[in-house]
Amino acid sequence: MTTSASLPLSTAAGQPTRGAGDQLFRMLCFSAATLLMAALSGVVISLAIGGWPAFKAFGWRFFTTTTWNPVTGVFGGLGPIVGTLVTAAISLLFALPMAFGVSVFLVEFAPRFMRQPIATGIQLLAGIPSVVYGMWGLFVFAPFFAAHVQLPLSEVATPGSLLDKLTAGVPNGANIFTASIILAIMILPYMAAVFRELFLSVSPQLRESAYGLGATPLEAVWKVLLPYIGRSAVGAVMLGLGRALGETMAVTFIIGNSHDLPKSLFDSGSTIASTIANEFTEATSDMHYAALIALGLVLFMITFAVLGIARAMLGTLKTY
Amino acid sequence: MFKPFVAAAAAAFVVGAVGAASAAEITGAGSTFVNPVLAQWSSDYDKATGDHVNYQSIGSGGGISQIKAGTVDFGATDKPLAPAELAQSGLAQFPIVIGSILPVVNIPGVSAGELKFTGPILADIFLGKITRWDDPRLAAINRGVKLPNLPITVVHRSDGSGTTFNWTHYLSQVNPEWKSKVGEGTAVQWPTGLGGKGNEGVAAFVKQTIGSIGYIEYAYVIQNHMAWGAVQNSAGRFIAPSVPAFQAAAATADWARATDFDLVMTDAPGANSYPITATTFVLMYKHPKDQARTAAALKFFRWALEHGQPEAARLDYVSLPPALVRQIEAYWAREIK
Repeated sequence: MTTSASLPLSTAAGQPTRGAGDQLFRMLCFSAATLLMAALSGVVISLAIGGWPAFKAFGWRFFTTTTWNPVTGVFGGLGPIVGTLVTAAISLLFALPMAFGVSVFLVEFAPRFMRQPIATGIQLLAGIPSVVYGMWGLFVFAPFFAAHVQLPLSEVATPGSLLDKLTAGVPNGANIFTASIILAIMILPYMAAVFRELFLSVSPQLRESAYGLGATPLEAVWKVLLPYIGRSAVGAVMLGLGRALGETMAVTFIIGNSHDLPKSLFDSGSTIASTIANEFTEATSDMHYAALIALGLVLFMITFAVLGIARAMLGTLKTY
Repeated sequence: MFKPFVAAAAAAFVVGAVGAASAAEITGAGSTFVNPVLAQWSSDYDKATGDHVNYQSIGSGGGISQIKAGTVDFGATDKPLAPAELAQSGLAQFPIVIGSILPVVNIPGVSAGELKFTGPILADIFLGKITRWDDPRLAAINRGVKLPNLPITVVHRSDGSGTTFNWTHYLSQVNPEWKSKVGEGTAVQWPTGLGGKGNEGVAAFVKQTIGSIGYIEYAYVIQNHMAWGAVQNSAGRFIAPSVPAFQAAAATADWARATDFDLVMTDAPGANSYPITATTFVLMYKHPKDQARTAAALKFFRWALEHGQPEAARLDYVSLPPALVRQIEAYWAREIK
């Protein structure tokens, strides 16, 4: 009796408040979303305005020349732009097979007791601040690489051969190759984690059907699971690539920071992010400042394109 | 619904900022080079007087733009501003502490202080014209030192820095080709070599690369026991880096003729002057809006110049010589009202 009496009362009292609450909630969500978009477009607009003097003064030469002279105020960003793309590509070359191997092992082969420790270890890798990777790269990895990879290779390579051309450079481990390796270690956890989620999202029936038809684990992964997650895997790769493109501190420590085009794998180079981190605080001339902001806009555009592709690829997941 | 909240937050922020400003606090921003000694001074000054100095080491470029925007009481820069630029913004400028820069090398069998350089040779090494350690020009001034047949690897700073400004300023003074081809600045287009981030980055690359040469601040070289080389000064003597040699450079530099202390001390005259010394400059308004705060800042700098020597020495900085301190105090009395 009491419930039937209180029920209409509570709905009558509850209706208007829920309406106001809903409206407030909607507005808050709407504001959050639009604020984010406003911030995003604000960033693009301010980068474009800040970099405009450089684009105006140098035009296409900003993208096609390697002169980077803060004294005379002549700036061409080709070196950092190429360095950014090359280090990201090489790091992907190393991180992709590793991430793939780790995730397949975790999902398909690992005994139950090993799964959690390995997964946690990978998450811990993702949690290390990038400056720590940079310090480790500079003080531990670079000397090791110089002594045990670069020097032996340079002794083996006959002058003028392809190997010699690829490995020419000062043997101290500060080059685009070591920077790429550090980047690979940094993007590996992200990619491995996404791959693992994707493999886990495959329905057990599909996996068991594959094995039921007599497929080996290799065949099951290669011919059934991989085609199934297909494009989403490309999305995962793009997320890793996006991070590699923008990574700053770790690269700055170890890439050697030269604005020229790298002549070999073991030559020093620079990336857009490392150039900005290096020079922004002490950029006293207006054109130097503008050129750095213009580089920032270029990086934004590259990352935006990569993430846009990733989004498109991940979006197709729904069709399965 | 959202707007009043933002307005309230903004109001709270403004009130907070005003509240902080009304407290007796001195704010400054700029050069990272002086940060260790400024931090030590401000902590001691806080204990002695209760006044806080809040210094943000955001870089010289940042320091200059912050003081021009009027958001801080003083800015600090490693590169002095020209009197015309100072006048345009109504700023005064004076030096505060001396630092110096040493060439460091990594050559097997060569220890600290063994190797000698002249300015033109250093410039030619950094221009990539002298490429091996057994070059006849190096051998000629280094009799008795066994120089190996090794390629030279140049290491420079990758981050824009006052250290680079003073180093390239020195090379410009002593080598016309450097002046015309590269010039001077907090960052330059290096003809050769690779860049390390900060003193620690340059030090790491020099230590890891046999046959390398770099340039590093005095304090960092001494604390890390690196192999420095002596440099010939303008009087033709090879000077080992030392506190008296740095002070000699500051004392013989022609400050009296430099308007607003617009003077870079590199290649200073005097028989005992070390040639690659540098000062950090403080920028303040000549006619500040808030006179109390500027007076408090000046009081702090007076204290630092007159009583801050032991702390500076402990951090391997060098205090300004007394004659220069007197010139600075006279400048304050004349310019800052």
